[in-house]
Amino acid sequence: MNRVAGKKSSLTWAVHISVAVLVALWLFPTVGLFVSSFRTADQISNSGWWASLFAAEQTEVYRTSDPDDTRQADGDMYSVSGNIFGGAPLDIGAWGVSSRNVSAFQPGETADMGDGESLTLAPDGSYVWKGNDKQLSGRGQRIFVVALVPPEFNLDNYRTILFSGTGQDNMAKAFFNTLTVTIPATIIPIVVAAFAAYALAWMDFPGRALLIAAVVGLLVVPLQLALIPLLKLHLAIGIGKGYMGVWLAHTAFGMPLAIYLLRNYMVGLPRDIIENAKVDGATDFQIFTKIIIPLSFPALASFAIFQFLWTWNDLLVAKVFLIDSSGSTTVMTNQIVELLGTRGGNWEILATAAFVSIAVPLAVFFAMQRYLVRGLLAGSVK
Amino acid sequence: MLTDNPALLGLVTIVVGVGVCLGYFFLSNLVLDTVIFPARGPNAGRNINRANMVRPWLFLFPAVFFLALYLAYPVFETLRLSLTDRDLGGAFVGLENYRKMVDEAKFWEAVRNNMLWLIVVPGASTAFGLLVAQLTDRIGWGNLAKSLIFMPMAISFVGASVIFKLIYDARPADLSQIGVLNAVWMKFDGGPGSVFTLQIVPTLLLAGFVALLGYIIWTFIRDLTAGGRNRSVLLLPLQLAVAAGGLWLIWLALGSIVNVWIADLPFGEPQTWLTLPFWNNFFLMVVLIWIQTGFAMVILSAALRGIPEETIEAAIVDGANPFQIFFKIKVPQIMGTIVVVWTTITLVVLKIFDIVFAMTNGQWETQVLANYMYDKLFVTRDWGVGSASAIVIMLLVTPILVWNVYNARKEMR
Repeated sequence: MNRVAGKKSSLTWAVHISVAVLVALWLFPTVGLFVSSFRTADQISNSGWWASLFAAEQTEVYRTSDPDDTRQADGDMYSVSGNIFGGAPLDIGAWGVSSRNVSAFQPGETADMGDGESLTLAPDGSYVWKGNDKQLSGRGQRIFVVALVPPEFNLDNYRTILFSGTGQDNMAKAFFNTLTVTIPATIIPIVVAAFAAYALAWMDFPGRALLIAAVVGLLVVPLQLALIPLLKLHLAIGIGKGYMGVWLAHTAFGMPLAIYLLRNYMVGLPRDIIENAKVDGATDFQIFTKIIIPLSFPALASFAIFQFLWTWNDLLVAKVFLIDSSGSTTVMTNQIVELLGTRGGNWEILATAAFVSIAVPLAVFFAMQRYLVRGLLAGSVK
Repeated sequence: MLTDNPALLGLVTIVVGVGVCLGYFFLSNLVLDTVIFPARGPNAGRNINRANMVRPWLFLFPAVFFLALYLAYPVFETLRLSLTDRDLGGAFVGLENYRKMVDEAKFWEAVRNNMLWLIVVPGASTAFGLLVAQLTDRIGWGNLAKSLIFMPMAISFVGASVIFKLIYDARPADLSQIGVLNAVWMKFDGGPGSVFTLQIVPTLLLAGFVALLGYIIWTFIRDLTAGGRNRSVLLLPLQLAVAAGGLWLIWLALGSIVNVWIADLPFGEPQTWLTLPFWNNFFLMVVLIWIQTGFAMVILSAALRGIPEETIEAAIVDGANPFQIFFKIKVPQIMGTIVVVWTTITLVVLKIFDIVFAMTNGQWETQVLANYMYDKLFVTRDWGVGSASAIVIMLLVTPILVWNVYNARKEMR
């Protein structure tokens, strides 16, 4: 903080630690969802997701094989041997033969069970159980194993959400519906707004100042006001509820910001270039397509990201203008809200569904953060 | 066939939409230049001038069409709808809908909650944003830290709602808690640790909040006491409003400090946080604060960088400590930006819908205006009252609208 004065402030460490704490606090919720989406329903309901990141101590119960079938005579004593692990072996930390003390013995030790009966468990899970005729009969001896289970994650939830799963859980259709809404609703307003922004920035005509003021005003008009009048309008002119309606609505709702951002950027372009082109006989249309558009790329990208994030994440506009009673045009946000209602406790479904819908904007965000920041700065600092 | 395949439909729309737009702009210009006002013949000069007078409107027409039909017209149509009754075939009923609305307890609950949101969310987001912006300003990994705190901006309100529902999840006391808030809560037992974290720390935080408010009020009304030198008359009501609001918040904070010490906390019982009346509002607000802090941080960080270095150097030479530099040198210089951030977040808060809709749908006294309106419009299908509440939202937005237009016009001169 005091670098200007040439000495390192004693606060530096406090600053580093506070930033680390804040970042951890801000990341924690998202990481929780991300981790949960790789856990099975059982895992999620048995322990908090933060516990799943570390190897956990778990007590498992095994049984030796059935003595009546497998015991082998050894004088008047009998023995049963085998391995408790059918499949993958665990790392045995401790074991026991009674539920009252599950970690009585170390691996390799022999448990004395009284009257000459004994059980030895090797670290690899193989056991030898010895005793007389009466002791080695009936069911197999129970063995409690306390083992360190490594973190375990799998992709089953994503398989359910994206590829299999019932109609309610499957997000594949909603994913494509969202994409279908988003792409045209991002591109078309850019085209329309770019022309208008050029006119407002570089053409002189009466009423220009008034129009700019109107755009600034419309920037903050809540879209809630538009819902009923526009739905009525759409129903009256035959568009009804559907993609056409939602594209038109998103185009219009994005228009003030698009015009505002693009105009502010275009006004800052060097006047010389445009005037030289005019002197050389270029028409306004040529100036616009050949000079303005290529130069305005950063502003176009800024707005495109805004509009993409906004349309992808939108719930209200889709609910009002797109989703009809058949539900075949549902978008991801809407489907997640429905899942919250019907599968409120099934966190493996919810977490995965939410993460599928979050993943695309996050990728766009990290890839194009520069333009997003630039757009924010141009859009709100006046 | 097209409607069966939405992706194909989307592609076709992009091509057709962009094609139609470009075609319109190109052809309309062509027609204007060659047919209506050709730049040839006896009137070539006059025609060029005329064409250039018409051309801006060719460029503007589609945008203005959208703005007028989709944003301006609905404001007036909603106003009209709020004064009519749908069941009576759209007959004019005056302020009947508004009367019905103010008779509803749920409406006042929504208004009260919206006011809470309006105070807490912009304030907290701006404060956190300013804090992060200042802390990350001069450290090596500051950009990475900012990027991570900015990240929730990309997450939808619905996605964030799922994320936070997992955090607030509650399970019976004998099972292990999978929501982190309850997992932490179950660690408290009323011992010294609990007294420290749940009573002493909140008291200190609230006391700090009171001190900060006192400071803010003081900076706002300081020049009143100093006597007016070229002060704008417009500013006086603003100053008084800030002072009054600040004093009210101080009163609330002091009351909360008392409550912290007399409250009987249910230790050892998992809490369903979203059903605790009044407090659940704050658990919903956390979601929006989590999202909006990144926005505030980005803007304020840029503003902090724009502060002239000389002012800070001068302060250091004069022996100011880092806190004095921050509060007395930096904050006053970026006050304008802070106001912009505050109003922008205020606009988001006024329209907040998705979070409440997804997490509680207005149950357990968490209703807000936008969700109340959605409920009226699309669930109970009472368009009159729904439109009336939309107009209330519009009225709340109007001061910011006027302020923005005023600033934009001032800047253009």
